[in-house]
Amino acid sequence: MKTLFTNARLIDPEAQTETLGWLMVENGAIAATGHEAAPQGADETIDCKGNCLAPGIVDIGVKVGEPGERHKESYASAGRAAAAGGVTTIAIRPDTSPAIDTPEALEFVKRRANEDSCVHVLPLAALTKGRAGREMTEIGFLLDAGAVGFSDCDAVVPNTKVFQRALTYAKSLGALVIAHPQEPTLSAGASVTSGKFATLRGLPAVSPMAERMGLDRDVALLEMTGARYHADQITTARALPALERAKNNGLDITAGTSVHHLTLNELDVADYRTFFKLKPPLRSEEDRLATVAALASGLIDIISSMHTPQDEESKRLPFEEAASGAVALETLLPASLRLVHAGQLTLAELFRALSLNPAKRLGLASGRLSKGAPADLVLFNPDKPFVLDRSTLKSKSKNTPFDGQRLQGKVMLTFVNGEKVFG
Amino acid sequence: MGFAHRHLLGIEPLSPSDITCILDLADQYVALNRSAHKTSDVLKGLTQINMFFENSTRTQASFELAGKRLGADVMNMAMQASSIKKGETLIDTALTLNAMHPDLLVVRHPNSGAVDLLAQKVNCAVLNAGDGRHEHPTQALLDALTIRRAKGRLHRLNIAICGDIAHSRVARSNLILLGKMENRIRLIGPPTLMPSQIDEFGCEVFDDMREGLQDVDVVMMLRLQKERMDGGFIPSEREYYHRFGLDADKLSHAKDDAIVMHPGPMNRGVEIDGDIADDVTRSVIQEQVEMGVAVRMAAMHLLADNAKAHAKKGTYV
Repeated sequence: MKTLFTNARLIDPEAQTETLGWLMVENGAIAATGHEAAPQGADETIDCKGNCLAPGIVDIGVKVGEPGERHKESYASAGRAAAAGGVTTIAIRPDTSPAIDTPEALEFVKRRANEDSCVHVLPLAALTKGRAGREMTEIGFLLDAGAVGFSDCDAVVPNTKVFQRALTYAKSLGALVIAHPQEPTLSAGASVTSGKFATLRGLPAVSPMAERMGLDRDVALLEMTGARYHADQITTARALPALERAKNNGLDITAGTSVHHLTLNELDVADYRTFFKLKPPLRSEEDRLATVAALASGLIDIISSMHTPQDEESKRLPFEEAASGAVALETLLPASLRLVHAGQLTLAELFRALSLNPAKRLGLASGRLSKGAPADLVLFNPDKPFVLDRSTLKSKSKNTPFDGQRLQGKVMLTFVNGEKVFG
Repeated sequence: MGFAHRHLLGIEPLSPSDITCILDLADQYVALNRSAHKTSDVLKGLTQINMFFENSTRTQASFELAGKRLGADVMNMAMQASSIKKGETLIDTALTLNAMHPDLLVVRHPNSGAVDLLAQKVNCAVLNAGDGRHEHPTQALLDALTIRRAKGRLHRLNIAICGDIAHSRVARSNLILLGKMENRIRLIGPPTLMPSQIDEFGCEVFDDMREGLQDVDVVMMLRLQKERMDGGFIPSEREYYHRFGLDADKLSHAKDDAIVMHPGPMNRGVEIDGDIADDVTRSVIQEQVEMGVAVRMAAMHLLADNAKAHAKKGTYV
């Protein structure tokens, strides 16, 4: 089975190019690309009409509500939402109820995902049992069972000695640890970032410095242990010099950020709008711009959706009591295209952060347009304008901060291993 | 000049003329409250529900009395004791109450923004009686009326707000109101009890009482909100009293005719010396309580008028 994409704007994050050409898919993998006349002999030809063809998005840190909260998001609904958003691989978070902290739980998740999801699902496992920060999980068994990384998600391991041991043990097995850099006692109970807005609204707030302090601790532990480490969300200007030093010192560290922290700021909370309550909280405009600049320079490696489905009941509460998080699988691409339309990123730079870098960090062959890579592809029109109506989202939960907002960029077709999963 | 608001959720949305409008009407109610016949029928036939999700004796009594003096049917609901204990959400509570067709809903809630949330879900006038650390608009209005009556004006005064600013909704509402009326505001307190970037609200910040009180016309003390603190904001109450408690020596730095205010309930010997609180030549603390009833009568009167006018036009569903 050969499929030929002609007349495509090929977004190649490896070569950092954006060129008009064709791409041939054979047996679920990319067979060839070119810019001259397209080859003959394809079973199916798709005329892309000048739209963008890019490697499918690899999203680190998606929450699916199985087990425990299937009414918020199931593997089937998350898969449909991902496909509609051009996301072809999701690494799922273990902050379920109960947490995915045993090989048995991981097996359950893998089986459920394979049955129901139309995109690749890679499980992350908890770093400590019950994400309680006291005892490390069976990292070896979990790796054997297929865990691609270890994370307690937004729960910081408060005991530095426990975290140090977990990093040391993970290092010996070559496991990736994904952490949430945050000083836990400073950020306890906070629901917004400290500053004029927090004071005006009278909400409990955390200084952006808490992120720097969390990162500083983790970087020091990396110097001790040499572990493979990924900071899930770097969102403040003050954390960036620490990240840069750690990278320059040769530590095995990468950093991500969420699409919301790149495109929204603390003032969007306005009159206590709980769909804008995130963890970490939205930051100042200065912090947002610094994060965007760090992404463009490559200091921040990865954009993720931090997809966190919440039902209406957990959001329709006073701001302090409402649940944190937003769904973003379907808005990840159009929202991050705002940065491209604003001239802050090129399309190739965007897909370096959305596809190539996360694939590399998880050791996947996808995320690129090179020969032999899996044919995980997204075809999209980067300019098409629309107003987002949250009721049209395919996620079971509709808690998006972009409801009613103008966005540009529509996914037309999504392919996983050469099979069409959306469009 | 009219007062064109559906709810009284905070001072922030009010204009200086809105504030003046409430205070002018409140002045009339002060006169009524001092007369032998203290009642009016402005709210006759209307139902007022007081929903207090947080303990309050003074504010609730003040709202209750204000409603009764204006002829409303007043019902008090002690919310800590009831449905939230049974797991009902705020929205459900609001919808339940809404079905009883109240005309005025007076709400106090421990979470900032909770009263705004509730106001979105009901179709009657909502008065914020204090939400978390956000706003307490009727307190700021009664303070403004007290100042205006004592000083003869509500502009170009030097006003010091002292103590636990961080946990105080009274401080926020007062800061906004007195700023809108073009006064010079000083905030005095230990830096651990100052909210972040408070200096950007157009006020001066001091951590020394004597320096901060220099030549002020009004000294507003705040209660140290021990119940909102999870420890470690101040070293001890006696050190706090020594450095920030209002006594005769510290007050001597203010103008000779400076007035002393406190929203109550007072912690005598913590933030204020008992003798100062009782000194009728300086302290207007009892007047504040009196103004409270009048201001709440005025606010409910104006909101009820707006609701009636809109109901006639069919603006409100």
